[in-house]
Amino acid sequence: MQPFTYQAPTSVGEAVTLLADSTHQARPFAGGTDLLVQMRRGLYAPELLVDVKHIPELNRIAFDPTAGLTIGAAVSCAWLCDHPAVRQHYPGLIDAASIIGGAAIQRRATLGGNLCNAAPSGDSIPALIVLGATATVAGPHGTRSIPVADFCIAPGKTVLGPGELLVALRIPPPVPRSGACYLRFIPRGEMDIAVAGAGAWLALGEDGSITDARIALSAVAPTPLWVKAAGEALIGQSPTEDAFKEAAAIAQAAARPISDVRGTAAQRRHLVGVLTRRALQGAYQRTK
Amino acid sequence: MTQSKITKQLVSTTINGEPVEFLCEPQQSLLECLRDILGLTGTKEGCNDGNCGACSVLLDGQLVNSCLVLGVEIEGRAVTTVEGLADWRGLHPIQQAFLEAGGFQCGFCTPGILIATKALLDRKPNPSEAEIRAWLSGNLCRCTGYDKIVRAVQAAACHLNTECEVDA
Ligand SMILES: Cc1cc2nc3c(=O)[nH]c(=O)nc-3n(C[C@H](O)[C@H](O)[C@H](O)COP(=O)(O)OP(=O)(O)OC[C@H]3O[C@@H](n4cnc5c(N)ncnc54)[C@H](O)[C@@H]3O)c2cc1C
Ligand code: FES
Ligand code: FES
Repeated sequence: MQPFTYQAPTSVGEAVTLLADSTHQARPFAGGTDLLVQMRRGLYAPELLVDVKHIPELNRIAFDPTAGLTIGAAVSCAWLCDHPAVRQHYPGLIDAASIIGGAAIQRRATLGGNLCNAAPSGDSIPALIVLGATATVAGPHGTRSIPVADFCIAPGKTVLGPGELLVALRIPPPVPRSGACYLRFIPRGEMDIAVAGAGAWLALGEDGSITDARIALSAVAPTPLWVKAAGEALIGQSPTEDAFKEAAAIAQAAARPISDVRGTAAQRRHLVGVLTRRALQGAYQRTK
Repeated sequence: MTQSKITKQLVSTTINGEPVEFLCEPQQSLLECLRDILGLTGTKEGCNDGNCGACSVLLDGQLVNSCLVLGVEIEGRAVTTVEGLADWRGLHPIQQAFLEAGGFQCGFCTPGILIATKALLDRKPNPSEAEIRAWLSGNLCRCTGYDKIVRAVQAAACHLNTECEVDA
């Protein structure tokens, strides 16, 4: 790896100052499970790594039934997956956070890093999108809030500007009779990158019909893809197999998969249909 | 920024229960620091990108890949490597179980698997076979086919767990 300097600030302000200083090229460093691998491959050669793991705001999980869930950007997947309130109220997020790497990667990898790395295959991103998550970002000009659905703009590219730092992810409180689920396909049991993935979220009315729905996909477009039309097609319908198939067909049509070492475009499109249907079934089970 | 500006940093830490100080450059991984600076060559380098688990160590008791941790990050923290498992009484029960169950062949993956097993059993004294296999999914072994490793972990759990009936 290229030499660099290392700083571990203990406040958001200090981190933003370091990141915004244009005299050097700086990069935030969370778990390093993407960044260090990419730096070894020569993809980046930052002059300064800003370790974000010592900043209290980035190192907390807070749940409140009316405010919802706040996940600091430096919280590891293992920490998140062990959190009782997250397990109870957001099992759809656990689906995604618990499959990012094996036990050792889990203890370093963060959802913040997964989102900021902006891989089309990032497993947590569709789960965050269907749960309606927003990203809280601090920068030289203050703080702003960005829907996760708008965060990734190209492979490896986000809306973050120079000096901006992801502070936390916020997820609205769970609404009654709602449920979410994320599923991916990989050829082995664990420790692999998604060939395709699908997240689904459903909310039911008192009469049992669908009042709101969101579907998002991974690894089938240049960015994680929110298929609004697939969710909208479910609104007002009963949560039946036929309705789920129809939504899955819309998701399939919206996918723009490519062929690569992990799978062909045709296989990916097929998988989108299967995974979307199953994720909807899983989300529906969790509405109960 | 030129390379000459990069200076070595002093790291004060605890390794296998002993206070340790060393100098390293920020781009040196914990794996490099352990092996090349501190001479703790029990921890192995396989892939150097997080996939094989040969470099597994405990950082404040948590399982991590030392190839994806920077040496400078362990300032003020505690690291356990495979060298820290045995004590004056002899091998750690996990090591003993691997020896008796034949949980290794060439042994290259073994330090990482012993450490990963310690992390698992510290967290979950009586894991199911499925839990053992899932936990060890980040530790690759080219030799054993994994079955003997799983049996060794089960035997180690038995040794460490007084309520367990030995059937392994
Ligand atoms: C063996 C292995 C298996 C993996 N398996 C999976 C998998 O199954 N699914 C999956 O989706 N990914 C997987 N990954 C990729 C990686 O682990 C995840 O993307 C992880 O969530 C990245 O988080 P991190 O904290 O390590 O990020 P880092 O590597 O620290 O950072 C990633 C990027 O985000 C930026 N960044 C980090 N924090 C911030 C912040 N607060 N503000 C602004 N920018 C920031 C960094 O500058 C960098 O560009 C795997 C990686 C490895 C090595
Ligand atoms: S050498 Fe670290 S995981 Fe392979
Ligand atoms: S014993 Fe040879 S790699 Fe596992």
